[in-house]
Amino acid sequence: MSDRRSAYKVVVVEPSAIVSEGLRTLIAANSEFKVAEPDPRDCRTVMERLPLLAPDILVINPQAIDFVHRRALRKAFPALQQTALVAVVHSVFEEETLREFDATINIYDPAPQLRRKLHQALEQRDTTRQNENYELSEREREILISIARGMTNKEIADKHNISIHTVISHRKNITRKTGIKSIAGLTVYAMLNNMIDQSEL
Amino acid sequence: MESKPNKRPRRSRAADTSRKKGGAPASAAPALSAAIKLADLVESDYKLLTILSRLGIKLGFAESSVADICARYRLSADLFLLICRIYSSDDFRPQPEYLEPSDLGNLVSYLRTSHTYYLTTVIPRLGGDIQRMTACCDEKYGKILNSFFDNYRREVDKHFAYEERVVFPYIEALLAGKRDTDPTGYSIETFEENHSDIDTTLNDLKNIILKYIPEDCPPMMQTDVLLEIFRFEEDLAKHTVIENEVLIPLVTKLESHE
Repeated sequence: MSDRRSAYKVVVVEPSAIVSEGLRTLIAANSEFKVAEPDPRDCRTVMERLPLLAPDILVINPQAIDFVHRRALRKAFPALQQTALVAVVHSVFEEETLREFDATINIYDPAPQLRRKLHQALEQRDTTRQNENYELSEREREILISIARGMTNKEIADKHNISIHTVISHRKNITRKTGIKSIAGLTVYAMLNNMIDQSEL
Repeated sequence: MESKPNKRPRRSRAADTSRKKGGAPASAAPALSAAIKLADLVESDYKLLTILSRLGIKLGFAESSVADICARYRLSADLFLLICRIYSSDDFRPQPEYLEPSDLGNLVSYLRTSHTYYLTTVIPRLGGDIQRMTACCDEKYGKILNSFFDNYRREVDKHFAYEERVVFPYIEALLAGKRDTDPTGYSIETFEENHSDIDTTLNDLKNIILKYIPEDCPPMMQTDVLLEIFRFEEDLAKHTVIENEVLIPLVTKLESHE
């Protein structure tokens, strides 16, 4: 999405107005970063608008995210697959949550370190992306065939002897890898790749 | 084109945009205002051409300003500029509170014309391009893709037909002050909750052609189809922003005034 010759787009989500303005000003002082400007006070709207904003870096106070989503941030917000995540931490925060992020900023970090950490987060994001396998696994191909045949999650779970939860997680991965969401689209994919025959439908 | 954003003078951006009317981000390229020439506006972003035709504005407007043209076509300049901003900037967040309920009439007729444009121009053209493209490759693939596209076309028809049949007439009745004529108690909230998205299937079609189409389809035709889809996708996304972030809030305001 983003044009590498222009600045990295940064979105800041931080409930404290004072901290938020401070972060924006310090980040924008570096010409390679461009801070997108949704209303800093309205965290919920920003989250909803993330797919449209498609930032390179999301600098977010984990406390602004409701507890359920905190530990599975990327799963909860599919729009964040391409985004480097940076946590803003005011004091001590649980390790498990911070592991979800590509970098952590402490509000006591000196300004030059802020810039280093944003770059570190971008690098981390690129490494994670490279390590990912884009081909469908054997299991995912089997599940995809079942989806294309019109089976429900429950039927797929029974057939392959897995939980519905696992089926859903396979489906998410299939969609992420192929870029195809709808059942009709996945069926076309399966047919084009000779995984199923048209006569089977 | 902002080719060198790095050269921009440093300043506190958070401070200067928070006061800006309409919430335009500091990065929005041209300073859109009613005072600028319409020709300059189009030159700054040629995508706005399709908006002009949808609003019924004819070319050949010489040196007229946006304000002149809007007056000539009885459009509110605020509404016109709001639509232009939505189309020109991905970061723009519409804040339609300075629009008047009287702008709703124009807005609805703009949305109607957009639907007609999609249904009678864009989709048939795309369908034709897909048919030509698949005519050159394996018959089986052609059948699969064309039937996928036909399903998509039906989905879009249904989506727009609902808005044309239920939502727009409701708004028009509301504008005419006939709130109580609707016995079902329909309100714009119902639309807001059920506003389905029609971009998933289009996005799937794009990915299928881009990544998985057999190699024997002629490359130029594939490119044409893809460019067409990318443009349509972008246009639909903006159309949705207008419906969700301008139309719905304005109608909600009108409902609460009654």
